[in-house]
Amino acid sequence: MSTQGLRTEEFTVNMGPHHPSTHGVCRFVLTMDGEVIIKAEPVIGYLHRALEKICENRTWPQCIPVMDRFEYCTGMSTNMVFALAVEKLAAVEIPERAQYLRVIMLELNRIASHLIWYGTTALDLGAITPFLYAFREREDILDLFEMTCGQRLTYNYIRIGGVAKDIPPEFVPKCKKFLAEFDQRVDDYEGLLTENPIFIARNKNVGVLSKEMAVAYAVSGPSLRASGVRHDLRRDDPYGIYDRFQFNIPVFHNGDCYDRYKVRMQEMRESAKIVRQALEQMPEGDITARISAAFKAKAGEVYSRIENSRGEMGVYIQADGKSKKPMRVRMRGGSYNQLQVMPEIVKGHKIADVVAIMASLDIIMPEVDR
Amino acid sequence: MELAGVFKYLYEQLAATGLPQVWVDIIALAVLAVVIFGFLALVVLFLVWVERKVSAHIQQRLGPMRTGWHGWLQTIVDAIKMLQKEDITPVTADRPVFYWAPIIAFVAAFLVYIVMPFGDGLIVSDLNIGILFILAITTFTVISLLMAGWGSNNKYALLGGMRSAAQVVSYEVPMVISVLPVILFVGSLSMVDIVQSQAQIYQWYVFRLPFGPIAFLMYLISATAEINRTPFDLPEAEQELVAGFFVEYSGMKFAMFYLAEFINMFTVSAIGATLFLGGWQGPLLPSWMWFLIKTFGLVLVFMWFRWTYPRVRVDQLMEFSWKFLMPVGFANLILAGWMKYSGWFNW
Repeated sequence: MSTQGLRTEEFTVNMGPHHPSTHGVCRFVLTMDGEVIIKAEPVIGYLHRALEKICENRTWPQCIPVMDRFEYCTGMSTNMVFALAVEKLAAVEIPERAQYLRVIMLELNRIASHLIWYGTTALDLGAITPFLYAFREREDILDLFEMTCGQRLTYNYIRIGGVAKDIPPEFVPKCKKFLAEFDQRVDDYEGLLTENPIFIARNKNVGVLSKEMAVAYAVSGPSLRASGVRHDLRRDDPYGIYDRFQFNIPVFHNGDCYDRYKVRMQEMRESAKIVRQALEQMPEGDITARISAAFKAKAGEVYSRIENSRGEMGVYIQADGKSKKPMRVRMRGGSYNQLQVMPEIVKGHKIADVVAIMASLDIIMPEVDR
Repeated sequence: MELAGVFKYLYEQLAATGLPQVWVDIIALAVLAVVIFGFLALVVLFLVWVERKVSAHIQQRLGPMRTGWHGWLQTIVDAIKMLQKEDITPVTADRPVFYWAPIIAFVAAFLVYIVMPFGDGLIVSDLNIGILFILAITTFTVISLLMAGWGSNNKYALLGGMRSAAQVVSYEVPMVISVLPVILFVGSLSMVDIVQSQAQIYQWYVFRLPFGPIAFLMYLISATAEINRTPFDLPEAEQELVAGFFVEYSGMKFAMFYLAEFINMFTVSAIGATLFLGGWQGPLLPSWMWFLIKTFGLVLVFMWFRWTYPRVRVDQLMEFSWKFLMPVGFANLILAGWMKYSGWFNW
């Protein structure tokens, strides 16, 4: 058979918006040569809910439930970042106990979010069992949240001036029990994947994000720390009472999927450490500052940022000082920048690596589309 | 009285009715085909349930519990549901190719059982090329996967079909090489001869050091790839290709692929048990029971693989086959040949 006249052709695959591993409704237009990616183009906007605009039509406290939907894997963080911004504008003093409760909830939420990441990463690489292991512990955390604020996903718990409710008496023992077992559980997770040769082969040197590129694209959070930049807002720009806790900031230097995996695994242990310290130091007292529901923030603008499980999460607010509503709200989510860096680092990889890289960057779409 | 005796008795009764010999043979074979089909259908129903239970317990959950005792009716209910589903053919599909793909997959999976020794004397036909026949027929699967991938006219399906073609062809070779030492020692391709050469437990080929265990492990690995299960389930990699080659299939056609998949798992386990674990040989229990015990043991191993490992990437899959399994397999074959020649370990 003559091969003359035969030719190979690039072809386009539409990955998403309904695809099992694009974590929500992200769409990639992949130009491929066989299995190799030549070009990847993310198409976003499928989950756009105009949250920023919605906030402009609501009073300050009414914005908190909207914030829950901003990034639904870490509802506590989104509440927190908005509350912080408004508190800065209004110069509200937060009671001590509320500060500690916030830290406890934020860190538990970080663990829960990382557990989702761990489960879905394994799932995207074809291992189904770790997913169910991770969700078992996540369930414990969600139970804790449920007994505190009655919600399992959109918490609406951290409010302007403090928190919504005090924790019930059974919270502390249950949380302590969870923390006592948790390190062992993380060992279990690591036992399933960390040293697994297939897992290593799929992740080592895949999707390398160099330090320079990470900084240039303003990638933040664990994905940045896996590229060798020691940057964590909990330490570099402490908000709340984070300066009172002892914890390590895991940093790795290769910037590949495997390092991003290791950073997050260690972060879970560090978060557990913070919760333990917070539980011990937590004083009795008020849980919220006294502010009226119809209060008006002073005129001005403010940007508040926190270290979320997916990088820097920020809210920029403008207030005119006259109405009860924000004049302009703008949100920033870490996933947005992580998604922008995807087309750069998936080039030349296989289609299976796109999935692995997307999982390791921990992109979720509500944060991108808002 | 063994099961084989029952069949023999039926055959004699049939012959005694005075029908022409051709008709006797045809009826007897048809009965056998129906029996084996029924057996395999039961096996698949059971395996699907076992798979769900095993995966559930590995994952610290219970699995199906509502339908019957520990959900044993679940797969029957699922099968009924599947039969009622609308059978959709995409408008752009290549109809004949799309239509025949699942049938070929199913027939190929089913044909292997002609030479499968279920027990002492329990074999449809003891072909003198038994194992060769099996290896040839199982390769048919790849044609059906390619047809499904091509006929669906879907990019994911095409990628899945191409992947599976590459995969099955590359792992066919190490699989054959892992089987060769056994054939070398038996000196026959007949499945019955292979089983009979392993009468004692120390004669099982898996225990014939040093080549036996290596060949067995190689067989396990390449068989996992042959039947497209994790860690080699790339053709239907859910997270990458949605469902791979059967992304466009629904209803009964999907069920046939599914059936073929589970029959194939049972097949490779049965072959593994026959070649390396002494087939139906064993003390006390009836021979067919030993066959089933060993086969289901191997099936459990395949399930255990599936629910603990992540999936390899397509290039790693190829590399592993051509750069690792093949050299090891050839070295092992040479070792076995030398041992046979020198007369060592000729139990």
